[in-house]
Amino acid sequence: MTIETTRRSLLAGSGALALGFSITGGSQAQQPAAPALPGDLKQHPKVSSWLRIEGDGRVRLLIGKVELGQGILTAVAQLCADELDIDIKRLDITSGDTQLVPDEGVTAGSFSMPNCGSAVRQVSAEARQILVSLAAAKLGADAASLTVADGTVKAPNGASVTYWALVAGRELEVESTGKAPIRPREARRYAGKHVPRLDIPAKVMGDQIFIQDLRPQGMVHGRVLRPPAYGAKLVKLEAAEVEKMPGVVKIVRNGDFVGVIAEQEVQALNAHARLQSIAQWDVPKTGETQDTVYDWMLKQPEKLIVIKDQPNKTVPADAQTIEAAYKRPYHMHASIGPSTAIGLLDAQGVTHVDTHSQSVFETGQAIAEMLGVDKAKVHCRHVQGSGCYGHNGADDVAADAALLAQAVPGKPVRIQWSRNDEHKWEPYGSAMLIKTKARVDAKGDILDWTLDLWSTSHGTRPGGKAGNLLAARMLEKPFALPTPINGGPPNYAADRNAIALYEFPGQTVSTHFLTNFAARASSTRGLGAYANVFSIESFMDELAARAKADPVEYRLRYLKDERARAVLQKTADMLGWAKYEKAPGRGRGIGFARYKGLATYCAVAIEVEVNRASGVVRVLRAVSAADAGEVVAPDGVKNQIEGGIVQSLSWTLKEAVRFDASGVKSSDWVSYPILTFSEVPPITVELIDKPGLPFLGAGEASQGPTGAALANAIADAVGARLRDVPFTPVRVKAALA
Amino acid sequence: MPVLKVNGRTHDVQAAEDTPLLYVLRNDLAVNSPKYGCGLAQCGACTVLVDGQPVRSCVTAASAVAGRDITTLEGLSAGGKPSKLQQAFIDEQAMQCGYCVSGIIMRAQALLDQNPKPTDREVRLALDGNLCRCGAQNRMVRAVLRAAQEG
Ligand code: FES
Ligand code: FES
Repeated sequence: MTIETTRRSLLAGSGALALGFSITGGSQAQQPAAPALPGDLKQHPKVSSWLRIEGDGRVRLLIGKVELGQGILTAVAQLCADELDIDIKRLDITSGDTQLVPDEGVTAGSFSMPNCGSAVRQVSAEARQILVSLAAAKLGADAASLTVADGTVKAPNGASVTYWALVAGRELEVESTGKAPIRPREARRYAGKHVPRLDIPAKVMGDQIFIQDLRPQGMVHGRVLRPPAYGAKLVKLEAAEVEKMPGVVKIVRNGDFVGVIAEQEVQALNAHARLQSIAQWDVPKTGETQDTVYDWMLKQPEKLIVIKDQPNKTVPADAQTIEAAYKRPYHMHASIGPSTAIGLLDAQGVTHVDTHSQSVFETGQAIAEMLGVDKAKVHCRHVQGSGCYGHNGADDVAADAALLAQAVPGKPVRIQWSRNDEHKWEPYGSAMLIKTKARVDAKGDILDWTLDLWSTSHGTRPGGKAGNLLAARMLEKPFALPTPINGGPPNYAADRNAIALYEFPGQTVSTHFLTNFAARASSTRGLGAYANVFSIESFMDELAARAKADPVEYRLRYLKDERARAVLQKTADMLGWAKYEKAPGRGRGIGFARYKGLATYCAVAIEVEVNRASGVVRVLRAVSAADAGEVVAPDGVKNQIEGGIVQSLSWTLKEAVRFDASGVKSSDWVSYPILTFSEVPPITVELIDKPGLPFLGAGEASQGPTGAALANAIADAVGARLRDVPFTPVRVKAALA
Repeated sequence: MPVLKVNGRTHDVQAAEDTPLLYVLRNDLAVNSPKYGCGLAQCGACTVLVDGQPVRSCVTAASAVAGRDITTLEGLSAGGKPSKLQQAFIDEQAMQCGYCVSGIIMRAQALLDQNPKPTDREVRLALDGNLCRCGAQNRMVRAVLRAAQEG
């Protein structure tokens, strides 16, 4: 085992340090098989990939996952500081820089804590073990006799040495063994406790922390022309007059891709507005609308995937059959800050892209393909942006900036999409149609359960392919949109959470996956889970009502997983379910799911008041219990569950992207309203902590349960069952009529 | 060529008369906090105070506020120390991504200046025109009420 300097060493002139030593006494060959490494440590076992002990008493943590406002940087810092036994203030974190950090894929799917958090915890334990061994050699003491406090290792005789003196900027070129012990709970200072989020002070003080605030030397401003509708072709654009507008540096045209670069942002905006007004487009005459899309889905060529095939063959022929159909429209990510990127082509031919993409590596690769260069020639660096909740415009604007940067080598080109661009061109969460069917006995108990879902893709992230980038599809030599595939088990995509956790005597679930698109779609918080859970949990209430059973008790008949039962019961108790007294026009509902069938358990209960005359639904309060395994950052998990509830209430009450052949009609906050401060109900979240159990991602757990709880509460309040999202006053009144 | 008074300091600005204040603040004066969110007076991300009144800087011409007192988020803190309201946002962890936060704090500051002890309902109504997509509204309301309490 050696520690060596490498290219990244900051110690100028220091020679390679090669220290041979043994940690446990025996040679590797005599040891039992090494335990599997946790999370992303499997792909990146070298300690130096994740950690650097700097010479100046600081420690640098390098991670591939990125901060999206979910607090991941703070959570991994907590884990790292505990295992290394250093003060958390000593940590500097580099995340999402394709030249520096381990490739941990996409920051999505609630994978950050399971994959990155668990890797950081283990690799930090590995580093501590190495450092203590080094200290033992240095101090001439037995490793077991040493104690560590904030990076200083002490021997029983009082002699001590610090991590930084031991390593001093050299790399820990050591493979993780998986054997370094994780410190006991009592020894932890940070994990599981409240640690203030590291990024918040800068955001409250107006420091430069967002990508939107970067102003590199010599920066110019770009804007890109987007067509009026999907599939439109540019037929005429005489740009000469725009070239002469004040501040315009260049008009870039490549096929139907048109961009303008100007000295100042306002000049770029003016030139862009002029281009927009003189460009003539050929717009396709046919297309679906938000209303026709469900019939369209049923007529498309489909890939039928039966993901659960356990019918109950003993159901009597005269068993009663109950059916329902649920609809979810296209929903936007609708980030408050439109997507932004800065591209720069340097003298070595490397294109640097500052981006708030969730997938810096794969987006960089897709951009390289678009530019026709080797992937090493594109360097992406993550900088925080506005919350994205999935695949929004971040990657497309990164491609826009990279393309425009090619036209002005040496100059950083900043692009921020307009509100109109973001609303109309981001890839939406796919519309879905879900049909459920149950056969029940005379008491209303479920004998057999069937669910069929129709959906377009939830996964058109760049994935290393240029065809997934808007700009690349507009070029003179256009890249084609790759045929989408549906992510399979165990995480699933369109059919995420389509298999109910309930143990019915029979259950059949089929995915009708469509590779065509009616509107641009990709990963949006929870993928298919929102619509699937909404449908399953609404249908459970419909069945419970027929069985004249209490919705909680009815669920518990089929829910065998103890953690699931605990979460459901606790949520019901938090609402005061058992003693609930119904006032006129008021009602309460509950919804439950274990996200992806393998992540956080979450139930949500809601009380509503429905105005029969106006059809307006007022959410009076929401409560939620969640079991996310071992909790590292309690307030971070609560914030995610709570934010998910608010966003899901917004989706379910208000949101649907409107579109027709002439384009998307939801182009701003008036045509696509979201929930506002006065509409957000009081929310209480409680966590069931499971120390020692794996971290279960929590960022997407509450969306589905919330949608269902809302529908169930409305049904309880006024007897109207709403199956089509969103529950606008018009729809509520129609359901009451 | 307006003279702008931002956070107590005077600047000669070279921007065209009709340039929205937002772009002058962000680009000419390198003030980070007011954010572009919509440019349509619909989201509040760009909110600053002009003579103590909340103003949407994306639709306000810089020339229209020449010589008046413009306050941005940066102007609330003193000597690197967060104001009571800013500190309350830190203490309540009142955000996820934080993109909306600058505009929300400025709107809340305007409320507290005029109504130092608002109710929960009054805070919500004051902030109703400021959008937050992360769903951190309740935390923000708590932060404002905490600042009022401590104020
Ligand atoms: S950016 Fe000014 S209100 Fe949205
Ligand atoms: S905290 Fe992200 S938009 Fe408000």
